[in-house]
Amino acid sequence: MTRAIPRWLIVFTGIVLFLMHLPVLVLVVFSFNSSKFAVDWTGFTTHWYARLAEREDIVNALRNSLIVGVTATIIAVALGTLIALALARHRFRGKTLYEGLMYVPIVTPEIVTGISLLVMFVFLRFPLGLTTIVVAHVAFSIPFVVVVVMARLAGMDENLEEAAMTLGADEITAFRKVTIPLLWPGIISAALLTFILSFDDFVITSFVAGSGSSTLPLVIYSMVRRNIEPSINAISTLIVLATTILLYVAEQLTREKKAHA
Amino acid sequence: MGPGTLWMLAFFAIPVIVMCGYSFMPRGTYGGVDPGFTLEAYARFLHPVYLTILERTFVVALVCTVLCALTGYPVAYAIARSTKWRTLLLFLVVLPFWTSFLVRTFAMIFLMRDTGLINTWLLRLHLIQQPLTMLYTPFAVLLGLVYGYLPFMILPIYASLEKLDTSLLEAAEVLGARPTARFLRVTLPLSTPGLIAGSLLVFIPSLGSFLTSDLLGGAKGLLVGNLIQNQFSTARNWPFGSAASLILMTLVLIAVLIYLRLRLRPE
Repeated sequence: MTRAIPRWLIVFTGIVLFLMHLPVLVLVVFSFNSSKFAVDWTGFTTHWYARLAEREDIVNALRNSLIVGVTATIIAVALGTLIALALARHRFRGKTLYEGLMYVPIVTPEIVTGISLLVMFVFLRFPLGLTTIVVAHVAFSIPFVVVVVMARLAGMDENLEEAAMTLGADEITAFRKVTIPLLWPGIISAALLTFILSFDDFVITSFVAGSGSSTLPLVIYSMVRRNIEPSINAISTLIVLATTILLYVAEQLTREKKAHA
Repeated sequence: MGPGTLWMLAFFAIPVIVMCGYSFMPRGTYGGVDPGFTLEAYARFLHPVYLTILERTFVVALVCTVLCALTGYPVAYAIARSTKWRTLLLFLVVLPFWTSFLVRTFAMIFLMRDTGLINTWLLRLHLIQQPLTMLYTPFAVLLGLVYGYLPFMILPIYASLEKLDTSLLEAAEVLGARPTARFLRVTLPLSTPGLIAGSLLVFIPSLGSFLTSDLLGGAKGLLVGNLIQNQFSTARNWPFGSAASLILMTLVLIAVLIYLRLRLRPE
C-alpha cells in the first residue's frame, strides 16, 4: 500500500505505545532515585540494587526461580517437542480432537489451573515445594512449546528427512542430523519463552508453593502488599531487563526462520 | 501415548477431575473436605451476593474487551501499514506481552497511588487540591486490565490486517469507493477474524483475572478470581472454591465454543 497513513493515526498509535511502556519506564527510572519516598528526584543511586543482594529472602527466591525455570524449561521443551513432532509427522485417529484439547490448558484461567493442582496435591498428600512448582510449570508450558515448535515444523520441508533416509541414514540418524538441526531455532525460542513464562508466573505458583519454596514473583508480591519501597523498583527493573534480552534473542531466532524460508 | 500427553493428563486433566469431585463434597472445618456428597457449594453460588460478583466480572471483562478493541484496532492498523518501523513497533507491542504481569501491575500502583507520581505532579501543577483516589477503584482495575491485555488484542488484528490483499482496496477505489467506504466495506470485514480472536484473547483472561483486582481493586470490586482465591485462603471453603473454579472454566469454554462457531461459520 503506497497511500500515506493518516496523521492522527500515527499520533494515536504513538501515544498508545508510549502509554503502554510509560509505567514500566517510570519504574525503571525511579529504581535509581535516592529518595525512599520515590516521588521526588533527589539524586542517582544504585543503593537499592545493592540492598537486593543483602536480602536473604530475595537471593533465595531468585535461586528457587532459576532452579524451577531451568528444570521446567528442559522438561517442558523435551515433552512439548515430542508432541509437536507426533502431531506434525503422524496421522492418527482423533488428531484434530487432540490438537483442540491442547488449547484447553492455554485458555483455562490461571487461577483454575492453580487451584486444581493444589487440590490434587493435597488430595495425594504430596508435600508442596519446588517439585510441585516444577510440575505445575511444566504442565502450563507444554502447550506453548507445542504451538511454537509446530509453527517451525510447518515451515520445514519433510522431503529433507526422506532424502537423508534415501541416502542411507536410518530414522534415528535422519532425526539427529536433519530434523533436530533444522528445528533447533524453534526449540531454543520455545525454551526462552518457556523460561520467561516460568520465571514470571505468580498466580499458579502461589497455590502450589510450600513454605520456604517462594519464587521471586511471590516475594515481590508480598513486598508490594506490605509497603512500597524502591527495592521493588530495582528488582522489577532487573526482571524487565532479563525478559527483554531473552525475548530479543527469541525474536532473532524466529526471524532467521523467515530468512531461510 | 507419549510422555508429554501423560504429563498433561496427570497434571492438567486429573487435577480438574479431582477439583470437580471436591466441589460435590462437604467442606472440612480447617480447609479441605469431609467425606460425603452434597450440592451445597453450587446452591451457595446461586445466592445474590455471588451472582452479583459473577455479573460484575462479566461486565468488567466485556468493557475491558471493548476498550481494548477500540484502542488496539487503530494501533494494529497503523503497524500493518507501516513499512520502515514495523519490526520495532511490533517488538514494542510484544515486549509488554511477555513482561511480568506482576511487575506491570506494580508499575500501575506506583503511578496511581495517593502519593504516586500522577497525584504528586497534578498537585504541584495546582490542577487538583487533594490527591485523586485512583487506586482501589473499579477504574483502576479496568485500566490495569486494558493495560495488561492490550497486546493480546493488537497482535491478532495486526496478523489479519497484514494478510489483507491490497488489490481489493485498489479495486474498491477504482470502483469509486471513498476512503471511509473502503475501510468499512473492505478492510473492516476482512479483519474481523483478527478482531474476534483478539476479543477472545482479552475476554478470557479478564474473566479469570485475579492479580489485577487483587492489587488495584478495592474490597467492593471483588471478581470471581478473588472469590475463588479467598475460599482457599481466609474463607477455607474448598468445595465452594472448587465449584466457583469449575463455573469459571465452563464460562471460558463456552466463550471459546462461541468463538469457534463464529470462525468456522461459512462466509
